[in-house]
Amino acid sequence: MPDVELKPVSTEHLLRECQREEVFITGSEAVREAIRRANVDIAVAYPITPQSESMHLVGDLYAEGYIRDYFRGENEFAVMSEIAGAAMAGVRVFTATCGPGTLRAFENFPMWSGTRLPIVISFMTRGINSPLTIQPDTIEMGMLLDTGMIMLHAENAQDLYDMILMSFSVAERTSVHIPVGVFVDGFFVTHTRQKVKIVSEDVKLLPYDPTHSPVPTMDMETPPFRYMRDPFVMKSNYISYAAHASWQQEVMAAAERARPHIEAHLGSFVEQENPDAPIQVVACGTAVSQGREAVRMAREEGLEVGLVKIKVLRPAPREEIRRALAKAERIVIPEFNRTGWLAREIASMIPNNDRIAAGPRVFGGMTMPPEVIVDVIKGDVLVGV
Amino acid sequence: MSLEITRMNPHFADVMPQEYTDLVENGPFGRDFGARDLGSFKELFEEHPMCAGCNLSLAFRIIVASLPNPADTIMVGSTGCNSIAFPQLALHNVHSLFGNQNAIASGLKRGLALRFPDKVKDVVVVAGDGATADIGLDMTLHSWFRGEKFATVMFDNEIYANTGGQESGMTECGEIRNMAPTGKKFNKISVANLAIEAGCAYVAVVTTASPLKISKCFEKAVLVAREIGPTYVQIYTPCPTNLKLKSSESVSLAKERSKGTYQFREHVSPEAEEFLAARAEKTEEQVRVTSKDEEMHSA
Repeated sequence: MPDVELKPVSTEHLLRECQREEVFITGSEAVREAIRRANVDIAVAYPITPQSESMHLVGDLYAEGYIRDYFRGENEFAVMSEIAGAAMAGVRVFTATCGPGTLRAFENFPMWSGTRLPIVISFMTRGINSPLTIQPDTIEMGMLLDTGMIMLHAENAQDLYDMILMSFSVAERTSVHIPVGVFVDGFFVTHTRQKVKIVSEDVKLLPYDPTHSPVPTMDMETPPFRYMRDPFVMKSNYISYAAHASWQQEVMAAAERARPHIEAHLGSFVEQENPDAPIQVVACGTAVSQGREAVRMAREEGLEVGLVKIKVLRPAPREEIRRALAKAERIVIPEFNRTGWLAREIASMIPNNDRIAAGPRVFGGMTMPPEVIVDVIKGDVLVGV
Repeated sequence: MSLEITRMNPHFADVMPQEYTDLVENGPFGRDFGARDLGSFKELFEEHPMCAGCNLSLAFRIIVASLPNPADTIMVGSTGCNSIAFPQLALHNVHSLFGNQNAIASGLKRGLALRFPDKVKDVVVVAGDGATADIGLDMTLHSWFRGEKFATVMFDNEIYANTGGQESGMTECGEIRNMAPTGKKFNKISVANLAIEAGCAYVAVVTTASPLKISKCFEKAVLVAREIGPTYVQIYTPCPTNLKLKSSESVSLAKERSKGTYQFREHVSPEAEEFLAARAEKTEEQVRVTSKDEEMHSA
């Protein structure tokens, strides 16, 4: 058991009012420090680089008594189902995966949303096969955009720490009650040391209260016990279609209802520097850090460039992006993947999307030197939408 | 659950559906009904839309009636014909994905154990042969390897019945089925042997030809899973629709198979044996005490 008795406090109190101490830790250790205070009941782990270290450290928390149950599952598909089963039983859960693991588990994610499970999961993003790679790449995020989950993207270990801790209170709201994915670029953040301000060790989040769930917890304590008299699947009639369609719309509406709760913690879905500049670099994750350096370099050369950091991908930051890019003449979108899913997202949100230079894109594990972004800012390299 | 939950609010009694009233007044919650009493009490599973002569629904009816503690039982199903049966069940039940039933049940049982440390919460998995032995085999086996404390029931119709009669791993070698147009090329998977090897404390293979045997084996499986470790019951439930049988012929087929290629088997681990023997003794003792009480009463 922990040496001190942890005082349960609200998320708002924990994140805003508790004394913080600056420590020099890796991204994986930031996950451990967040989960140490998250009052998680069950965590299930499965190894995959670069996620593994995070869930090792979560396992250590179990050994120390911070988590009530923990085990290694048999594969990611099973792990996501084990986590789902635990959430259906009405306990707070956490897990993490990445890249090929995400794809192996994929069928579970829309199921989590459709079942209204308030699962918090972290993705330490990685490239997918083939050829085999273990390197950082955000391609899986583009594939998860339509699974119904809320998606936050951390730029650094501090974001990761804060986003994990705030996610439980967003996911567990009665009006929301859908999963939250906290994404972070594998290796770049998980395996590097950064200064992170963490709250003291004597507090933890208030426990999850399953009686606030908008759907019955599967415990035979919460009526109704017979809640579906006629299976609305596999029936070919209008009522069946309507039931299924309205349920899906309700899941989408739940994500929309999460907006104020996310804003309460993050302040905004996007952050902008130099909003009046005619050139704007738009990015999420560690591409923001590279973009920030590129903006500094370009401004040194006398170019007027701004930066838009996207923190929330789902629910989509449509209005925020439209506002931030209203006056932009050229929009540069650096990404750590080959598909350019973020550029596609932005293109779908703004008018006159021929303003977009959809690059640079690096993948396969390559780093993104800020000079490459500067080249695109200057228009030296041709990239379209 | 507290039986208070199902108590009728007298102000609503006149507007509640008859089936709800029946469930409160004559249902199995808190009462000692079993498979022998079928027909005399309001069942938790009924009005199902399964095919005429469906042996899966017959087996489903029997096991639901045989639950030792229905008021605190959560059932987990999977995709297949059982997912059409489940919505007709008045117990909390889960359909999640095809094949992940034992993974769901692992998390569910552990979560309930944390939330209700002083209360028995039984978790029972019921899935078809495709879900258990093919698409979900890894999760079936790993839940057993880990010693997860819930019962797994396979409704084995030796076919993917719901998708139109395709070969499954449980189909007998040589049978011609959809996706096995020239006959199945390998033997029926012996999931019962795998269960024993994987450490199941109780394993039984039965058919719908013996309803009371199903009931007995299933009850043992739930009780042993609660106290000792994972258990497995495999029930042969022939599908008249896909086998092109008359609805009255499916139980006859089960009878025939039970004498040949689908014979009754039971494996009880020494620990489970000890537990079941102690329990039987306790029950006998209770019966003795009760009848003594009755004697004294009548005297």
